[in-house]
Amino acid sequence: MSKPPIIEIRDLKKKYRVGEVDVHALRGANLSVGDGEFLAIVGHSGSGKSTLFNILGGLTPATSGDIHLGGQDLLAMTDLDRTKMRRGTVGFVFQKYNLLPTLTAHDNIALAEQLAGTHNMNQPWFQEVLASLGLANRILHKPRALSGGEQQRVAIARALVTQPKILLADEPTGNLDTENSIAVLEIMRSINKKYGQTILMITHNPEAADFADRKVRMKDGRVLDDGFEPIF
Amino acid sequence: MTNKLVLENLKHRPIRTLLVVFAIAIQVNLMLTLVGMSHGMLNDFQRRSRGVGADIIIRPPNTSVLSMSAPSMKEAMVGYLLEQPHISDALGVTVHNMEGFLNSATGIDIKKFDQFSGGFTFKSGGSWKTKNDVIVDEYYAAQRKLKVGGPVTMMNRDWNVSGIVESGKMSRIFMDVDVLQDLTGNTGKYSQIYLKVDDAKNVDAIVDQIKALPAMKEYPIYSMQAFTSLISIDNAPGLRPFLNVIVGLAVVVGFLVVFLSLYTAVLERTREIGILKSLGATPSFVIGLLFRETIALSIVGSMMGVGLSYATQWLIATLIPASLQMQIVYEWWPISMAVAVFASLIGALYPGYKAARQDAVEALAYE
Repeated sequence: MSKPPIIEIRDLKKKYRVGEVDVHALRGANLSVGDGEFLAIVGHSGSGKSTLFNILGGLTPATSGDIHLGGQDLLAMTDLDRTKMRRGTVGFVFQKYNLLPTLTAHDNIALAEQLAGTHNMNQPWFQEVLASLGLANRILHKPRALSGGEQQRVAIARALVTQPKILLADEPTGNLDTENSIAVLEIMRSINKKYGQTILMITHNPEAADFADRKVRMKDGRVLDDGFEPIF
Repeated sequence: MTNKLVLENLKHRPIRTLLVVFAIAIQVNLMLTLVGMSHGMLNDFQRRSRGVGADIIIRPPNTSVLSMSAPSMKEAMVGYLLEQPHISDALGVTVHNMEGFLNSATGIDIKKFDQFSGGFTFKSGGSWKTKNDVIVDEYYAAQRKLKVGGPVTMMNRDWNVSGIVESGKMSRIFMDVDVLQDLTGNTGKYSQIYLKVDDAKNVDAIVDQIKALPAMKEYPIYSMQAFTSLISIDNAPGLRPFLNVIVGLAVVVGFLVVFLSLYTAVLERTREIGILKSLGATPSFVIGLLFRETIALSIVGSMMGVGLSYATQWLIATLIPASLQMQIVYEWWPISMAVAVFASLIGALYPGYKAARQDAVEALAYE
């Protein structure tokens, strides 16, 4: 890692209850992610990668351990603190795009900006991002009028408009065909290189993981060695 | 952007939005119609009472302004009252209650009535020629589709319409006082006596003078001004509680409609709520969205309700103008709107709470 870590996770545990059964989703995960790094986390279903994604995004609290994100201690945060963190520190790209169906692409982005209290939509750098995402002619369409690839590009724009320290992507190509998958991954890599955007991508697709600078594997709630053996 | 999201959410389910707006409109219309009818009918009664042209009215003992009793004042009372100082004219009438609130048939001596009140303004036909003739006002004729010379059945008897008059004098149906008295078993008895005084400025003093007469001690005696001012919702037995019950029912209806609609909407929008939370929306932001939606629905519904009240007024005036009178009561617009907004916000409370408490991870996984 060439830059100081922006994410530091030590002995992170997460236990939740399903019915009457305790599920140990994370069993002492450790991970460091450098500022400006593009990291892929791979693993089978149930390995704990989605739980890690949710904790990093402040969507759910960890049970124990240490987790620092951009210098902030997530474990010490209240619900409201995590809500505030989601407005600007992290940006999400989900497998199912998760755009608000009633708003246009433009308004989906504008709403994220409004919630974060930023004013970046008309900044030259963001216009450049929009141009690189190829959304200029589709920005006034509602999600139902956009293809999967277009929706995912809108989701990327929405995540970036608040200039988050970390872009969290959960299976961003999971619902896309090969052509659109490559396009989205190239966009993410380009954003990482051009703007130094830290990206943490969760995927079970080895080809998608290849777009990252570094890959780690999760298994049974732990992050395995960076030295990462092929598992596919 | 928040308002746009509210608007787009409402547009996204147009049928549901329209149904909620319509239900709130019905709720508001219900309030405005009942209040409008209460005011309309009382004002109409007031107008018709004033239309007689009397200065003083005397009613039988144990009656109030809006309640009637059987005719019990002997005809001789009219002569007795005419002998009193400052009384320039007197008219006794017999009233028989008919269908509908404040509707009645009135028995009059047509010559004395004309002399006292200035007479009817006939729209068609004229005064009665036989004891089987009746005069009706224009509203009663319109409601029962009556024509001059045509038959009308009232009080289990067939009558002939001899004339149709402008509304505004005392009653809607008029017949010979002797006929009505005989028919109702009140021969020689009046329900009301109207008096005119020589100087209207002294009317209150003359009322006191009549009240002081030993023979008149038990009779309610009012100046016409006092009498008509007492014709109000608060003096109509049970009317105020009735209106309060209707407003209460309107609150319950508004609450239920909005509760059901928003409860469904929150379930349906579970994923959207998760998305908003992932973007950093606080619980108060989510509740705020639902409250704005509720306020928008109730304001539009209230406006539609006001519009519907005009349609209801037109329907009443067209179909049953004699039985019911509805007035547009502007002061009740903000009241009914406030009731609708209040009831709707109460209805939005639980769905809003449920939405705000939604777990973001579970909401995002909702299919």
